[in-house]
Order: sequence, then C-alpha cells, then structure tokens
Amino acid sequence: MTPISELQNTHTMSVLVDNEPGVLARVIGLFSGRGYNIESLTVAEIDVEENLSRITIVTSGTPMVIEQIKAQLERLVPIHGVNDLTIEGPHVERELALVKVLGVGEKRVEALRIADIFRARAVDSTNDSFIFEIVGDTGKLNAFIELMVPLGLIDVSRTGVAAIARGTVVMDHD
Amino acid sequence: MSKNQMSGAQILLKALADQGVDVVFGYPGGAVLPIYDEFFKQNKIRHILVRQEGGAVHAAEGYARSTGKVGVVLVTSGPGATNAVTGLLDAMMDSVPLVCICGQVPTHLIGNDAFQEADTTGITRPCTKHNYLVKNVDNLARRIHEAFYVAKSGRPGPVVIDFPKDVMMGHADYVPPAKVVHKSYKPQIKGDLAKIEQAVKIMAGAKKPLIYAGGGVINSGPGASQLLTQLVQATDFPCTLTLMGLGALAASDKHFLGMLGMHGTYEANMAMHDCDVMVCVGARFDDRVTGRLDAFSPDSVKIHIDIDPSSINKNVHVDLGIVGDVGHVLEDMIKLWKSGQKRADEKAMKSWWKTINKWRERKSLDYDRAAKNIKPQYAIERLYELTKKQNEVYITTEVGQHQMWAAQHFHFERPNRWMTSGGLGTMGYGLPAAMGVQLAHPKALVIDIAGEASILMNIQEMSTLVQYNLPVKVFILNNEYMGMVRQWQELLHGGRYAESHMQALPDFVKLAEAFGGVGLRAEKKEQLDDVIGEMIECDRPVIADICVDKLESCYPMIPSGAAHNEMIFGPEDETDDPVTEDGMVLV
Ligand SMILES: Cc1cc2nc3c(=O)[nH]c(=O)nc-3n(C[C@H](O)[C@H](O)[C@H](O)COP(=O)(O)OP(=O)(O)OC[C@H]3O[C@@H](n4cnc5c(N)ncnc54)[C@H](O)[C@@H]3O)c2cc1C
Ligand SMILES: Cc1ncc(C[n+]2csc(CCOP(=O)(O)OP(=O)(O)O)c2C)c(N)n1
Ligand SMILES: [Mg+2]
Repeated sequence: MTPISELQNTHTMSVLVDNEPGVLARVIGLFSGRGYNIESLTVAEIDVEENLSRITIVTSGTPMVIEQIKAQLERLVPIHGVNDLTIEGPHVERELALVKVLGVGEKRVEALRIADIFRARAVDSTNDSFIFEIVGDTGKLNAFIELMVPLGLIDVSRTGVAAIARGTVVMDHD
Repeated sequence: MSKNQMSGAQILLKALADQGVDVVFGYPGGAVLPIYDEFFKQNKIRHILVRQEGGAVHAAEGYARSTGKVGVVLVTSGPGATNAVTGLLDAMMDSVPLVCICGQVPTHLIGNDAFQEADTTGITRPCTKHNYLVKNVDNLARRIHEAFYVAKSGRPGPVVIDFPKDVMMGHADYVPPAKVVHKSYKPQIKGDLAKIEQAVKIMAGAKKPLIYAGGGVINSGPGASQLLTQLVQATDFPCTLTLMGLGALAASDKHFLGMLGMHGTYEANMAMHDCDVMVCVGARFDDRVTGRLDAFSPDSVKIHIDIDPSSINKNVHVDLGIVGDVGHVLEDMIKLWKSGQKRADEKAMKSWWKTINKWRERKSLDYDRAAKNIKPQYAIERLYELTKKQNEVYITTEVGQHQMWAAQHFHFERPNRWMTSGGLGTMGYGLPAAMGVQLAHPKALVIDIAGEASILMNIQEMSTLVQYNLPVKVFILNNEYMGMVRQWQELLHGGRYAESHMQALPDFVKLAEAFGGVGLRAEKKEQLDDVIGEMIECDRPVIADICVDKLESCYPMIPSGAAHNEMIFGPEDETDDPVTEDGMVLV
C-alpha cells in the first residue's frame, strides 16, 4: 500500500454551478457538515444566459481530504464541474481588500508611502483616515495589512480569492 | 390560460403516472388537499394511507429495494415533512431511490412562520441526494421528472420536492418526461477500460484474493448479481458480502464466506485481514466493516469499483479506483478475464482455500443448540428451514441483535430479498418496509424479523396492514431487552443495564388482535415450529411473539477499535478487556 500523507495543503477550487436558490447553502452545508475548512469563498454569476455562477473556494486538508472535497462537491446535483486549480496547473489568484487606516502626521505619510509601493489606491480620505484598495494574491494582501497595523489599521474587508487557469486552458466543463 | 393547461396537482399526478408510479405512500393535511382531491378523481395510482409519515418513507424504501423502482411518498407541510426526515436520511445512507413530495405553505407566506410552515428544503438538504422548492408552476413537470432521474441515476438516493399550495393550484402546460434532460447531473456508468485491464492483471497475479461486495451490486440490478456470480466462479475467488449486499451472491455458493465485519464470520474477517488482493465491488468501507482502520487488510492491493467517486479513498486508501456501474464494469472485467485466459496461480489458490477452510472449521456462528429455551439463533434457523420451500420470501428487519442474527442465520439466494436499515440503523424500519414489500409482491411471504423494542417504534402500521389486507408477518425475537444495547453494556459498562430493560411490554398477541390481525406466541422450543407453520399459513397480518433467551449475546464480534483478527466468539472472551479506551469512544 502506498503511504498516505498527513500533510495539510492549501488548495484553490473553482466550482461551476447552476445559479439557483440554495446552491451556496448546499456548498457551505457540505463543508460544515463534513468538517472541511473554508479559508475563503467567493461567488458570483458569470453567465446570465446559461444561468451559471462560479464559486471559488480556498480550502486545506490532507491529500485524501482534498480528494474527498472535490468528489463530494461533484456529487452535488446542480454542480457542473470542479477544478482543483492547485493540482491542475498554473493559475492566477486575485483578491481585493479595503483597508481603513486612522492616523495623522508621520504615520499618515508612511501609510501613503507603503500604499504606493504596493500599488494600493486610496479610495477615500479624510483629515485623519484613508481607505486603501489593494488587489493581489493573498500573500501580497497579508503583507500589506501587516505593515498597516502599526500605522493605524482599524478595519479590513476582503473579497476572498477569485481564480482562473492560465493560458488557453478552459476551466468550465461538464 | 390555454385549455390544455392543468393545475399543479393534476400535473403531479400525470407526471407520476408517466414515471410508471403505481403506488404512493402518504398522509394528508391542509397543504396537500388539492393533491388528495386529484387522487380521489382517478384510479391509476394507488394511495396507501399510512398511520405516521415515518412509516410512509420506510414503506417506500421497502417497495424500492425489493423492486429496484423509485418509491414515492406524499406528506403535508410542517409536521408531515419533519416526520419524514428520519426515513429520508435512512434512504440516503442506504442508497435507496425515493421521491418525497411535501406540501408547503403558499409561496407568499414562506418565511413568515405561517401555520405548519417548516423550512423543508433547509431541513432535508443534508438528508437527501437533492431537493427542490418549486415556486413556479411552469417548472413543476420538469422538476418532477428531474427528481425521478436524480433519485434513480448514479448512486440512488432520496429526492424531496417541496410543493407550495398556491403552485398546486396554479395552472401550466404539462411537459412529458422525454423532453427533460438534466443539465448538470451525468454520472459515469462505463468504467475506464484501461483501469479494468489493470485490475484483471492484478487479480491474475493474486495468491490470496478476496472479493468484497456490497449494496452497490444490489443497486445495479439483478443482472449485476449474476455477473458477480460469474466473476466469482470464473476466478474461483472467495467472496464476502456486507450486510447491504446479502443475496448478491447465493449463500449456498461454495465461494461465499458469509458476511464480514463487526458481526461477520471468522472466515470472512480473517480472509479480509490476510488477503493480498482485495476487489471491492459496490461497497463503501463502512466502519462496521473495517474495524480498526490502521489494521484493516494491511497487506492487500486494493481495487474498488464504485459509481460514486466520493466512496473511493474516503475511509481506506485504495490502489486502483474504478468509477462506474457495477454491472457495466463487471461485464468488461469478466470479458477481459476470459479472453485473456487469466488464472490465478493454481498452487497458491489451493493453499489459500485450504487456509480458508481451516477458518471455516472454527464454526464461528455456532451457538448452544442443546439449550432448553429458545435461542434466538435457533428461531431464525427454524424460520429459514420452514420457509425455504416457499416460492418467494422477503425478509425485512428492525435494528438490533435480531437483525444481526437474521443476517447470519437466514440465507439469501437472490438479490432484493433482504431489506434492512444498515447505514442509519433505524429502529422501526422493518414493519413499514415489509408493508412496502408486500404491496409490490402481493403473493410473496414477507416477514419482518423484529425485536420487541424496535417493533414498538412503528407498531401503528399494523393498522395499515389490516386496512389493505397485507398479510405481513412480524416475527418478534422477544428478549425483553434492547438486546444490542444490553450487550454493549455488558461488554463496555460492567453489566450496568441502564434503561435497556423493557420493563413494561404490551401483550403482543392481544395487540395483534386489537389491530385486527392475528397474534401467536411460542414460549417453549417445541412450540416454535407450529407457530412458524401457523404464521406462514395465515393469510392475514400476524405478530408472532417468540420468547427467546433473554441474555443471549450476538457473536462473533469484532469489538470496537479492534482488528479483524481480534474477534471474540463468546462471553468467555469478554473477560480480558477486549475493548481499549480508544475503542470505547467508537460506537
Ligand atoms: C447494528 C448494526 C450492525 C451492523 N454490523 C455490520 C456488520 O457486521 N457487517 C456489515 O457489513 N455491515 C454491518 N452493518 C451495516 C453497516 O453499517 C453499513 O450499512 C454497511 O456495511 C454498508 O454496506 P455497503 O458497504 O455494501 O454499502 P452501501 O451502503 O450499500 O453502499 C453501496 C456502495 O455502492 C455504491 N454503489 C451504489 N450503486 C452502485 C452501482 N450501480 N454501481 C457501483 N457502485 C454503486 C455506492 O456509491 C456505495 O459506495 C451494521 C448495521 C447495524 C445497524
Ligand atoms: C431510532 C433508534 N433509536 C435508538 C437506537 C439504538 N439502538 C440500537 S439497537 C437498540 C435496541 C433494539 O432492541 P430490540 O428491538 O429489542 O432488538 P434486540 O437487540 O433486543 O434484538 C437500540 C436502542 C437505534 N438504532 N434507533
Ligand atoms: Mg429485544
């Protein structure tokens, strides 16, 4: 018998679903009911004509659990297909965060300077606050947020990861 | 409104008829009255009025499992739907195809805590293969046809249609089944040939092979059982079956090792432990079967055929998973085996069978035949002997020791003759399930092998049996205990029988009579055959109260947390702490 790895890995899965009531509840219920992790989850309609939505889930588990998660998702009747992007090959992941920083003087200048390095945009500002919008992969957002903490970070809102396969590969399948 | 339009309730009945439904098990209420009105006006589909919705679902399960068809249930909103939940999960766990139609409050009241409102799709989501809330009558026919398709395709399961009353009363055009193609659900039926070829190669190289087959063979239809038999005979491999698989290979076939698992035979479990190649056919490595996972069949190369990819590598890592329908995969497998003139090493096979026959000599199902009182095993044995000449015998069970004794001592030669609640282990399953079986097979002898505790969970269905002249036989192994619980308390909790003694019980003979059935009782061993004979002859519902040994335990047994080669065979083995701390937390 081949040895089974106990190592926990993070995987990004892209799930094509019928955009019908309850479909998100099915996915979330599956994760909570079977004790799987959800690190982030995004969902939006992507094809109005065909009435399809894409759910992107970042999850973690041992290889056996990850295989189960994919198989369990595919079992859900309104799901057209599941792509484990982490396994299937190169892909792009992007997340957006809105980061509110309070501060005056030196700290305010420093916040702006770091935002510039990270290509974060100020989308709102008052005399003593900024809201930065930053787009990137999860690691970049984490790094930015960490740097903002000592500079007066008081609120963060993140979208979770959206992901897509690189190159000519088409993820949608039945 | 065009004049071809029909009401939602009419569409439902038409769709059911087009799906080949001949019987519906149900119970009325405010939210389904328009449907009942349509039932009243037609005579194509029979409605069986149960006495509790839970009974309706189990009856539909019995009907489905004994015929391979979809069982259909109709219940009202709120309490009607919630009463159905246990049966739905039971069907989910045991892969039984059902369609359950639930009434719902009108769409504009949903979410308002209306009278008898329940979030039925929310409640049943994890207990069903799929569910629908139909809010628009235009989609109704399509949803119903889809529900039947989903229930019976791939791995079968229960589907709920939540049906608001205003939709029932709305009007739309009917859509026939042929026009409905499912958009996303397309299970894989044919297995990957390259993988099947690889499997055949592995099998031909085996020295100590074992076929481990389960409920998936039954699900795949009677043809799959024939193919399994062919495979077993062509390969000369020994074969064990799970509780759900009994009947997939004839019990009389010399390759059959009996059931495996917690209460399986010594030879089946030892073969599982020692085999070098395991071919799992439509079984799901349940914890009742595997025992301690890290000691489960440690040296085997594992091949797994299953239609549900999530069953593969769920509990046990397998070396070769083949996704597909048992019937289709076995057909290809047998072809490849025969065309390649494959044979496992003759010398090795001879020695493997020799080892197996040694294990068989252990006679692990033996019990005290000389006992003066009625041993429960003896009662089942006599029941088997005295019914085996009957043309068609169908057995259902409740849950407990009697269920295990039935599995061990009643022998099944054909599939679809054995109906039991395996995955959920639902006490109260057997009587209503027998009702569904009897409806599907009016001439057959249908027996619910019951415990006195379980039977009380759905005893009300005796009344249904009487109403429809369904001559189901209830064969109670009455030990005045929740025997299975008592046995675990003996094993794990120092014999402190907390709440497992049935201190008050009805007089089952009088109870049968009160319902309008026939009551019989055997208190002495010498009465047993007569009571069984009388029961078989009777053309009315019967309760036969068989007063068995009160303290008998069910052996052999793999104590929880133990391995297949650590079985215990009787009370004498219990003394030296058969269960570890880790085992205690398991059930
Ligand atoms: C008190 C009690 C004691 C028990 N003790 C035992 C015991 O000792 N031994 C035992 O075996 N069980 C025992 N059970 C039952 C146990 O809990 C499980 O229900 C049972 O082992 C599961 O059987 P199975 O593996 O055949 O799977 P099933 O539940 O029948 O599942 C069938 C499998 O086949 C697949 N399948 C379905 N249709 C197809 C198809 N067409 N083609 C291919 N694959 C298909 C499914 O995806 C699934 O993986 C006990 C139950 C109770 C209540
Ligand atoms: C609905 C339900 N409740 C509780 C249990 C737990 N349980 C399993 S077996 C059993 C006892 C069954 O007693 P009986 O029907 O008399 O059968 P016996 O074991 O005595 O043959 C109980 C309580 C269950 N399986 N189902
Ligand atoms: Mg009992």
